[in-house]
Amino acid sequence: MNAPASHIEPAVQTLAPVIEASGLGLTFATNDGPVNALSSVDLAIGKGEFVSFIGPSGCGKTTFLRVIADLEQPTEGTILVNGMSPRAARQARAYGYVFQAAGLFPWRTIERNVALPLEIMGYPRREVDERIARTLALVNLTGFEKKFPWQLSGGMQQRASIARALAFDADLLLMDEPFGALDEIVRDHLNEQLLELWARTQKTICFVTHSIPEAVYLSTKIVVMSPRPGRVTDVIHSTLPRERPLDIRESPEFLSIAARVREGLRSGHGYED
Amino acid sequence: MTNPFILALLFWIAAWALNEWLVRLSPRPAAMRRLIDVLVPLVFGVAVLAMWEGVVRGFAIPSVLLPPPSMIWARIVNSVPILWADFRQTFLKAVLIGYVLGCGAGFLVAILIDRSPFLQRGLLPLGNFVSALPIIGIAPIMVMWFGFDWPSKAAVVIIMTFFPMLVNTVQGLAASSAIDRDLMRTYAAGYWQTLFKLRLPAAAPFIFNALKINSTLALIGAIVAEFFGTPIVGMGFRISTEVGRMNVDMVWAEIAVAALAGSVFYGVVALAERAVTFWHPSVRGG
Amino acid sequence: MRTSAAAPVAAAAPQQEGVLSRLAAGNTLPIVIVVAAIVVAWYGFAVYLNMPWQLGVYERSGTTWTFADLVRDTLAQERPVLPSPHQVFAEMWRTTVEVAPTSRRSLLYHAWVTLSSTLLGFALGTLLGILLAVFIVHNRAMDKSVMPWVVASQTIPILAIAPMIIVVLNAVGLTGLLPKALISTYLSFFPVVVGMVKGLRSPEPIQLDLMRTYSASAAQTFWKLRWPSAMPYLFTSLKVAVAISLVGAIVGELPTGAVAGLGARLLAGSYYGQTVQIWSALFMAAALAAILVAVIGAGHRMVLKRMGMAQ
Repeated sequence: MNAPASHIEPAVQTLAPVIEASGLGLTFATNDGPVNALSSVDLAIGKGEFVSFIGPSGCGKTTFLRVIADLEQPTEGTILVNGMSPRAARQARAYGYVFQAAGLFPWRTIERNVALPLEIMGYPRREVDERIARTLALVNLTGFEKKFPWQLSGGMQQRASIARALAFDADLLLMDEPFGALDEIVRDHLNEQLLELWARTQKTICFVTHSIPEAVYLSTKIVVMSPRPGRVTDVIHSTLPRERPLDIRESPEFLSIAARVREGLRSGHGYED
Repeated sequence: MTNPFILALLFWIAAWALNEWLVRLSPRPAAMRRLIDVLVPLVFGVAVLAMWEGVVRGFAIPSVLLPPPSMIWARIVNSVPILWADFRQTFLKAVLIGYVLGCGAGFLVAILIDRSPFLQRGLLPLGNFVSALPIIGIAPIMVMWFGFDWPSKAAVVIIMTFFPMLVNTVQGLAASSAIDRDLMRTYAAGYWQTLFKLRLPAAAPFIFNALKINSTLALIGAIVAEFFGTPIVGMGFRISTEVGRMNVDMVWAEIAVAALAGSVFYGVVALAERAVTFWHPSVRGG
Repeated sequence: MRTSAAAPVAAAAPQQEGVLSRLAAGNTLPIVIVVAAIVVAWYGFAVYLNMPWQLGVYERSGTTWTFADLVRDTLAQERPVLPSPHQVFAEMWRTTVEVAPTSRRSLLYHAWVTLSSTLLGFALGTLLGILLAVFIVHNRAMDKSVMPWVVASQTIPILAIAPMIIVVLNAVGLTGLLPKALISTYLSFFPVVVGMVKGLRSPEPIQLDLMRTYSASAAQTFWKLRWPSAMPYLFTSLKVAVAISLVGAIVGELPTGAVAGLGARLLAGSYYGQTVQIWSALFMAAALAAILVAVIGAGHRMVLKRMGMAQ
């Protein structure tokens, strides 16, 4: 297990990448001067991958996610989502976004919350009901349809938020530290369920996190970023098998990948050319 | 030392003692606690009435100055037709119509200027400014334009209720959080979809705040506008003429009706608020 | 080009601050434009509303008229349905600058009459309101008995009582300034009580716990914690209170056919059909309200700045 994991390329798909960024940069003009949130990001994400973005605050991981989602516009470079511009992808409803906070509408029941994107996108009524039932079952919230968000715990609200992002047909899931506000045990359960979900739905997932174990446990690829300016310092292809019980987190292979991530975070200055 | 006053004083002391005892109870069932919360102010109110009666009768205060509650009650019971006619003129016509039109106009204008930050930056400060002005002064001008009857009073009510509604609705429309608006963006939702599914429900607490404030303003506006001139019916008319004739008990009777109307109106709006904004922490008791 | 950092649409930040300060903060242009639009619309309406009467005048005197004549004449009528802005300002100028302030024809004199009862009532109402609020916050029986009535009283059209108070007090010999001031007192009392109770109760539980760990007395907790925390709430209530005091003073001048004060001017103007007089009294009242609220706003900023709570 001493061979550097990154030199073993996984079986690469010949399909076009879902996300392709090249020379991507984003500079914010703020009151304290320009801030280089992202600079020179070159990254390709293939279909079906589970990619984690990890790094300290200000490294640009959330910004990158938001650029993919067309919630921010880059100031340099290009990015293609499903072969089109982020704007076109957004208008084609190509992705589901899960925010840091559940962001459920408190005046709607759980099932009406999950139905929200379906209403907006004009899905027919019968299909709406079927999709709600299916996605709530996927996140184990069957039976809570008529409850209001404030009657649910934080973990359950976040699961409802994930169900909402799965309700419509988007092959790409963008998740911005969705489990950050939850306690350790709930987090473990949700990580397991997320992997299960990923296996079942075969979606491409981009996942932003602060937590090294979470990043290594969930992903097929880990993108390590650092701040000032926000950039990618390392891209690690995980050698862990797709079937992962929780206790794989104690295996030597896991720990070596985690150590490499930690190294990347700590160095934070070196460029990889 | 005259009898009624002593009695009233004793009653007052007893009532106060009762209240002091009641507030120190901490019963566990929530229903009991709510009962006490209603009982204490009621006891206080009754004590005030008793004190009033006792002082007026005990010190033989002339009833043209301050009639005792019993006399006011007698007057109310004997004047129901007049009170009802006044109520119809002032409340059912001027207040309700003016309230609906004024709040409706404020709401619509807020939606109209929603897409123009420029207009908002111009109108909002103006709206706040106008809210501080003695708008009631516009009553004589409305009488001049719309005549003596209830339309001029309704016009005053419209103007008084327009600005609080405008300001609050605009604030409410800005109240949805960035995350919620980003969410709608990820769904590529259109302006109207976002307005109806997110921003209007999120604005409801603010809108109801204005509706409650306006319920009081509307009643005040209609009554005071009648001080400036009205045909021979109306709550404000009755108050100002009976004051001139020194029939102070009739004045108090009208005020009692106005107070009742005001509280019921406000109560209805508050109930509607509870129903619509059931999800808001302040309503949930959080 | 939307970023998550971009604030929502308008300058819809908490708006109860000094209006005049906001004018200087880069919102000036929209406001100027909106006001200009209102002035233009006003002139338009003045011509339109005054037209019928003017056309009748032309008919009766058989003069031929052009549109320019019409515009000029409708904006200069003696008893217009809607006076033009310059007519109102001319009248205001006439009755303020060109007349001695002590004369009964001076608008300043009337403004002072109204202002004096406003200020007296406001001061009394504030003082009483603060005292009652302190009492309510420290005594549970007071709180549970009185507070519901204070809140309920906000739904009652208290202003309707004004005529009665004036007449009754006049009958016992209290005339002039005091009865009107009492109405203003009564009106400004309630917002101050509600605001102060909220403010005195606004310290966070952990801050109150801290005082308890110091074994601080109620008075110490009051002066060191509750009172400073209540300042923002106090000033917000003061703005509402001063505006409503002014309204109370004006309404208080109506019943007895008073001869002095802005309310009296409004009433007289409406009895004698002197529209320009009505509008100039209205403008003066508006100016008074604006000045009073601005003064309180300035006081607000000054106090908050010294407390380091400036926004």
